[in-house]
Amino acid sequence: MVALNGSSVQELMKVDLASTSVRELNAELHAPTARRYEVHNPRGAEAIAVGLRHAIEVEIHGPAGYYCAGMNMLADVVVHGSVGTGVAENMMSGSVRVRGDASQSAGATGHGGLLVVEGSASMRCGISMKGIDIVVGGDVGPMSAFMAQAGRLVVCGDAGDGLGDSIYEARLYVRGRVGSPGADCVEKEMRDEHVAELGQLLADAGLPHDPGEFRRFGSARRLYHFAAHNSAAY
Amino acid sequence: MIDPAQAGLRESATFDRATIAAIQRAAETGVYDIRGWGAKRAVPHFDDLLLLGASMSRYPLEGYRERCDTDVVLGDRHASNPLHLDIPITIAGMSFGALSAQAKEALGRGATEVGTSTTTGDGGMTPEERGQSKHLVYQYLPSRYGMNPDDLRAADAIEVVLGQGAKPGGGGMLLGQKISERVAGMRTLPAGIDQRSACRHPDWTGPDDLTIKILELREITDWQKPIYVKVGATRTYYDVKLAVAAGADVVVVDGMQGGTAATQEVFIEHVGIPTLAAIPQAVQALDELGLHRKVQLIVSGGIRTGADVAKAMALGADAVAIGTAALIALGDNHPRYADEYAAIGSAPGFYDDFQDGRDPAGITTQDPELAARLDPVEGGRRVANYLRVLTLEAQTLARACGKAHLRNLEPEDLVALTIEAAAMARVPLAGTSWIPGQGF
Repeated sequence: MVALNGSSVQELMKVDLASTSVRELNAELHAPTARRYEVHNPRGAEAIAVGLRHAIEVEIHGPAGYYCAGMNMLADVVVHGSVGTGVAENMMSGSVRVRGDASQSAGATGHGGLLVVEGSASMRCGISMKGIDIVVGGDVGPMSAFMAQAGRLVVCGDAGDGLGDSIYEARLYVRGRVGSPGADCVEKEMRDEHVAELGQLLADAGLPHDPGEFRRFGSARRLYHFAAHNSAAY
Repeated sequence: MIDPAQAGLRESATFDRATIAAIQRAAETGVYDIRGWGAKRAVPHFDDLLLLGASMSRYPLEGYRERCDTDVVLGDRHASNPLHLDIPITIAGMSFGALSAQAKEALGRGATEVGTSTTTGDGGMTPEERGQSKHLVYQYLPSRYGMNPDDLRAADAIEVVLGQGAKPGGGGMLLGQKISERVAGMRTLPAGIDQRSACRHPDWTGPDDLTIKILELREITDWQKPIYVKVGATRTYYDVKLAVAAGADVVVVDGMQGGTAATQEVFIEHVGIPTLAAIPQAVQALDELGLHRKVQLIVSGGIRTGADVAKAMALGADAVAIGTAALIALGDNHPRYADEYAAIGSAPGFYDDFQDGRDPAGITTQDPELAARLDPVEGGRRVANYLRVLTLEAQTLARACGKAHLRNLEPEDLVALTIEAAAMARVPLAGTSWIPGQGF
């Protein structure tokens, strides 16, 4: 993590991916000379704004492809459009906001930071999440939060089948219907601390829902050790 | 107790004593057997090949006077900073968690002393191994335990792991005995649980996605680091072609003799193909793409001696990797621990319970007292010694074949002792020009 040199950076840089390559963009973002970036004409390109590690702001105007903002650290990225597979995968810190829908594996394996998908997210949202917070304004597809280890997933719409399959210690909040909970995932009591943390997550995401409308899911912790009687659960 | 042989008793070949013990153990516990090590069954291997030393038709090189170079460059296809290694024998990926921090540090010290690379494993990079490893390959695994982009940037190469020879198609496991507070913290897991690693990557499926994943890794590391793709040996011809098409700079092929820290016995012994059978498939794939020697091939799974190194390279490998042999060099299965092995139901030469964390040699454990038995400096010296011996042996054989560089060894230098080995390695049966499957 390197702090920006306050005296030598410009406030805003505009990058047009119609005339600039993703390689050139990422190289600039890895050694930034501006505090804020506007990226135009992304046209679904892969690996836009990946590996950021400075506290900069990046706004992408249009749809982005796979792994947009992958492995983000410190930066705040906004996509004015939809994103492909693996948005903010393995994010460590900072924030990523998608003002459209997200494809599969949104926020996969993320260790920290906040991912907001204002639309819906496809299958495996939050798969193997390790501390990231994910707030989805719409629905999430099947097998979301599969093997989720830590962090919080908030679903303001419905969740598909197999929610939280083989989950560890992540906490899941769902406002709508759950197709079915996955192996070892169970509904749990919403205690005061859960209402409070959910309220904070919704506020951070800018979504005006009542935390009281959500249900909480988490691990029954029955599969934490190999045992013969669990064979049918796998 | 009578001597069965003396008494004329006949043991079943199908239900031998090991099989009977396995059935009785399963009936008693209701759980399948999990162990470490690789396949223990006999399979065609490098011992079934011989090198053809020079005589009248070839000139040998003088053993102690003429050079036989050993250096190798890995990953110069796309990466701006490829690895330049002094010897083509690397240390395979093994995790902190499976191994103690001392063992990881010792491997780094040994590898660095002789100018080669070592590799992280499931669970992330420790400061000990980064600090002691001049060339460190960072494994990018399905679990992404401990996956940190700063470590990715600190690595010298990235190895995208699709599988390993001991369990192609299987995810990792680390049983609760080894999930110490430090291991749990690095993996973001509760301490003491039986950890299950995923067998598929969470954010890509299939070779087209892998192409994009490799692009992402290159972008994050500014196209500096070589990208390896590691596969367990099964459909090697196709897997290598697809890995190369996806953009791999280096392909690592791990045969079924390759080790593991914890896998089901049934998986270890019944899935995958021998290393010997995998190499020619990989080389054929690279040849057909016009990329043999341009995309480097690293072979692992049962490398023990310099002869194995020379034979693997003669078949077309650019380098090899060792895992189990490196642990043995550190002291694994040493007779000095005979009494302690006996106390946990094993014996020197047989110990494979790497999963249970009670390793008397302090290698495959997270027990602080056991781990403290392994001095990383002394362990590093032993690993370096062993790597030097492997190199000297391989050079000896290469010189005998008239080669001034290990990479100049070629299939023409090899013959096979058995029809099976000839067919798998695609070299002639000794004394004939017959390669089974390729006509007479």
